[in-house]
Amino acid sequence: MLTSHQIRRRMAATTPVLLALLLLAFVLMAVTLGDRAAARMASETLIRVTLVVGFWIFAGNSGVISFGHAAFACVGAYVSAWTTLQPGMKATLLPGLPEAIADAHWPVLAGAGLAGTIAAALALVTGAAILRLSGIAASIATFAFLAMINTIWSNWTPITGGTSSVVGLERYVTPWVALGWAVAALIAASVYGASASGLALRASREDEVAAAASGIDRYRHRLLAFTLSAFFCGVGGALMGHFIGVINPDGFYLSLTFLMLAMLVVGGIGSLSGAVIGVLAVSVTVELLVRLEKGVTFGATTFALPPGSQEILIAIAMILVLVFRPAGLLAGREIMLPARWVTGRSIPKE
Amino acid sequence: MSLQLVFDALSLGGIYAIAALGIALIFGVMKLVNFAHGQFIACAVFALILPTADAVAVLGLGALPAVLLIPAIIGFGAGLAVLAEALVFRPLRHASPVALMVGSFALGVALQNLLLVLYGGRPKAISLWPDLGQPVQIGAAQVPLLQLIVIGAVALILGALALMLKRSRLGLEMRAAAEDFGMARLLGVRANRVISGAFALSGALAAVVALVLVAQTGVADVRMGGQIMLVAFIATVVGGMGSLPGAVAAGMALGAASALLQAFLPDAARPFRDAFLYALVILVLLFRPQGIFASASAKPRV
Repeated sequence: MLTSHQIRRRMAATTPVLLALLLLAFVLMAVTLGDRAAARMASETLIRVTLVVGFWIFAGNSGVISFGHAAFACVGAYVSAWTTLQPGMKATLLPGLPEAIADAHWPVLAGAGLAGTIAAALALVTGAAILRLSGIAASIATFAFLAMINTIWSNWTPITGGTSSVVGLERYVTPWVALGWAVAALIAASVYGASASGLALRASREDEVAAAASGIDRYRHRLLAFTLSAFFCGVGGALMGHFIGVINPDGFYLSLTFLMLAMLVVGGIGSLSGAVIGVLAVSVTVELLVRLEKGVTFGATTFALPPGSQEILIAIAMILVLVFRPAGLLAGREIMLPARWVTGRSIPKE
Repeated sequence: MSLQLVFDALSLGGIYAIAALGIALIFGVMKLVNFAHGQFIACAVFALILPTADAVAVLGLGALPAVLLIPAIIGFGAGLAVLAEALVFRPLRHASPVALMVGSFALGVALQNLLLVLYGGRPKAISLWPDLGQPVQIGAAQVPLLQLIVIGAVALILGALALMLKRSRLGLEMRAAAEDFGMARLLGVRANRVISGAFALSGALAAVVALVLVAQTGVADVRMGGQIMLVAFIATVVGGMGSLPGAVAAGMALGAASALLQAFLPDAARPFRDAFLYALVILVLLFRPQGIFASASAKPRV
């Protein structure tokens, strides 16, 4: 006979599987039914799933909003560019690179892995300082970190190309590559969430004092979650770069931060499913609004939104969600199989 | 050289202090970290000119004589902030500080894109009071007239604000609300009045920053409030969240640090000045995580 604890653990284990299946269905639908634009939108959405699930590992479990995760994406994108660009390209675009990096021509997967690793290492160092602050002050410090990375990347011209873009990244990101990384992020997020550290971090999110009294070292668990979450944001940034083929420091600044936050808030920061559903909901809405901005013809009249209204509408939608459904669309619940499906027999009485 | 540096530090620090006060006033009464403050500044800048996408700005309000222009822009800033409070933050009154912060970030994005739709993305040249750039000889230093005016105005504003907070009824209520909002309401402080008052003051301070920025740079750019808002945030954290004197002192200190870095960093490192500034702040917080002047209400009571 299973205990109710074991049943709940089994139910929780179905969450990443169901979410992965949902993403698979999304990709299949976009690839088979839609046009080329739909396939591109599917890759873009799955890259955002990687980013936002990475972001959620920290923000969701700790309850601290970070504005700095776009900086990890920035670092990841450039690390991948440094290692995978053709050496000839690097000699002209980024003449200041040290010789060992300038001659490197790594396979893309290794580039993405290093992108995540360097982002995680950076998170470990900066998090060690920032995460000692209390919730709101830590959020502001992450914002300072974002601005710091953006200042450095925009001005360190021999190494990063400055504000002019780095071009020629190999465009290998198909919907399937993006799906692979998104599923990896999902698995890591749910394994971390179910681990002792994830539980301790959520306990400190719910009640800081009670958690401290139970012997939980909040700082240590926050730092672990921050590092892990930066890994996937770094990978997500690398994927973004290789999806468009061009990177620029301002592509990883406030608008990306806003988009990631909007997705997390709309879906609900309290659960992993909320993060995924938020990405899907916001991405589909953005896609519809972009098409509306280009104009839609009804019979004889063409209806078009003024350009730029897309972000205004998303911002308004985000405020409305905060007012009317503060916990987001999923309100902290997870998508999981019901108990009788995972036990295979009737639920034991408690 | 050194006297010059003192004036640079004072004028820059003064602007940072005014911006930090705008953030700290609102944080004090409703625990909101207002990420839209930078956009309030940008909106006040663009209120000077007429909506066009051309590169050269056509002055609208900005064509008024200074006696009318300054009150008009300050009134605009205050009105905008009060409107934002009524539309966005009043429905969120009982939300958590995190939700408030995220809401203000969304408001900031909405305002920024509204400006982009109305005015286009290119920075515009504005010549507002071009005579103020003239240097004045003080001792060994050549100081732009504008810097002297800024230092004087900042001193005036800080004095008036301190007097208002200490002596007037609204000021007393604001300080009471910053100390313990629930208790203040029980003792008869009207929440809406205090919060609207704090937003109006904060918006007015944003408009002051906007006027100084335009007069200094001669440019209107949608992104121009962002950097100063960030420094103001950092000043409120370093000063201790919710402490008004702390925000002013930290704003001044950041201005001084910034001027010193500008003067003494080697040429190659100068573009990275702000990065050094932010790193310095993170370093300070390592030793005093609660800020320099932590207020009693900033720490949760157990």
